[in-house]
Amino acid sequence: MDRFVWTSGLLEINETLVIQQRGVRIYDGEEKIKFDAGTLLLSTHRLIWRDQKNHECCMAVPLAQVVFIEEQAAGIGKSAKIVVHLHPAPANKEPGPFQSSRNSYIKLSFKEHGQIEFYRRLSEEMTQRRWETMPAPQSFQASRGPQPGRIRAVGIVGIERKLEEKRKETDKNISEAFEDLSKLMVKAKDMVELSKSIANKIKDKQGDITEDETIRFKSYLLSMGIANPVTRETCGSGTQYHMQLAKQLAGILQAPLELLSPEDLVNACKMLEALKLPLRLRVFDSGVMVIELQSHKEEEMVASALETVSEKGSLTSEEFAKLVGMSVLLAKERLLLAEKMGHLCRDDSVEGLRFYPNLFMTQS
Amino acid sequence: MAMSFEWPWQYRFPPFFTLQPNVDTRQKQLAAWCSLVLSFCRLHKQSSMTVMEAQESPLFNNVKLQRKLPVESIQIVLEELRKKGNLEWLDKNKSSFLIMWRRPEEWGKLIYQWVSRSGQNNSVFTLYELTNGDDTENEEFHGLDEATLLRALQALQQEHKAEIITISDGRGVKFF
Repeated sequence: MDRFVWTSGLLEINETLVIQQRGVRIYDGEEKIKFDAGTLLLSTHRLIWRDQKNHECCMAVPLAQVVFIEEQAAGIGKSAKIVVHLHPAPANKEPGPFQSSRNSYIKLSFKEHGQIEFYRRLSEEMTQRRWETMPAPQSFQASRGPQPGRIRAVGIVGIERKLEEKRKETDKNISEAFEDLSKLMVKAKDMVELSKSIANKIKDKQGDITEDETIRFKSYLLSMGIANPVTRETCGSGTQYHMQLAKQLAGILQAPLELLSPEDLVNACKMLEALKLPLRLRVFDSGVMVIELQSHKEEEMVASALETVSEKGSLTSEEFAKLVGMSVLLAKERLLLAEKMGHLCRDDSVEGLRFYPNLFMTQS
Repeated sequence: MAMSFEWPWQYRFPPFFTLQPNVDTRQKQLAAWCSLVLSFCRLHKQSSMTVMEAQESPLFNNVKLQRKLPVESIQIVLEELRKKGNLEWLDKNKSSFLIMWRRPEEWGKLIYQWVSRSGQNNSVFTLYELTNGDDTENEEFHGLDEATLLRALQALQQEHKAEIITISDGRGVKFF
């Protein structure tokens, strides 16, 4: 929301109105702000929002600042929306309603409908980019970097922006995930550099790929869950990597790795017992896998579970979990184990799944 | 009909109406169901039933407890009874069945014992006489339904202790 500037709302020369819609609310990212009822105007150059109650309150953002737009269909109790992703505000931006914002997108909520047509027209304007060919005062032209007092050649900038937009359009509909993806790309930058260098070496048959590079490369791939393509062997369990990982997991208070694929984690856990570590992997009949202390005896726990259930007459997994202070998933596994051992029986009805002491066996 | 029927403790136990996954538990559960079905039918003098009737009957539907045995589980109970010899399907679609709280062989034995005791071997009886005659008033098989009686006599026939014959107004049986 820090991209908006205060404006009179009057159109400039060469600027024409395309469409307007009443009853539009603005969100800063996902957050509701005070601008909850206004008229949204689309011109060839800007998106303008004017408060319905107070016409003096009027703000705008240049269309040139828009990276891409998305639609959000209406839901129960929710109006249809347009999500507008924006470039960062230029350093020389005029004053507006917000000095700063942590969001790089806004949402426009169409409380009185009109979203479909507005989106269509906005998309058109984004494609036609008429603001580039119909120059209006310089403040409408956004710049991605600081470019004080210089009007750039429209042609080159236009092409540049089209390329940029195309690149980002392929990530359409990943609104917030897009932000995560950027972060991931930054982290993987090192790997990307390395893989480029290796790829080049292979291509140019230039020099040897050092052992160090190979190991680094393999471990990058493994940490992303990709099987080793160089030797065509799958990770499996028992590799050096997993052994190391297993040892590290045992000292679970250390957090040595940032990215760890689920497959790696499971493979490492499978080694816990073999490596005589104080933890072990346990797989229940249902397929649920847990890590437990070697000293833990689930069968003994079952006896106490039976006591608890008997005291209360009957219990659901949720009730049991709450009483004993454990996760519902583990509570369920324990009750199922008790049932398997013949200590409990079940009552499965519309009211849910309840466990009772197994009177079929204990009572004549 | 005086409902002096005494429900077993299982009838008030909610898990009774859920087919138990534990094999040993299920065995006990099914045994209890079979027993209940037979005593219920015996008291209510019900010798045959449709599956539809069964579903809604208080036998499988404990309204107070708000539990019903699902139809798939009812089918399993009925199959158990059939295996034990207490049930016979009356149609190919398995929609109605004959329920015998005593197996036909057991009835046959009782009838034959009475025949022997009263020295009436080589006598001929109508089916009606057997179940409704004054002579049999004190016998357990007095008032037995025809379908079950027939099967009892068929069992004796297999053992060459009786022969089912046709007589003027229906069927009869000769005992050897």
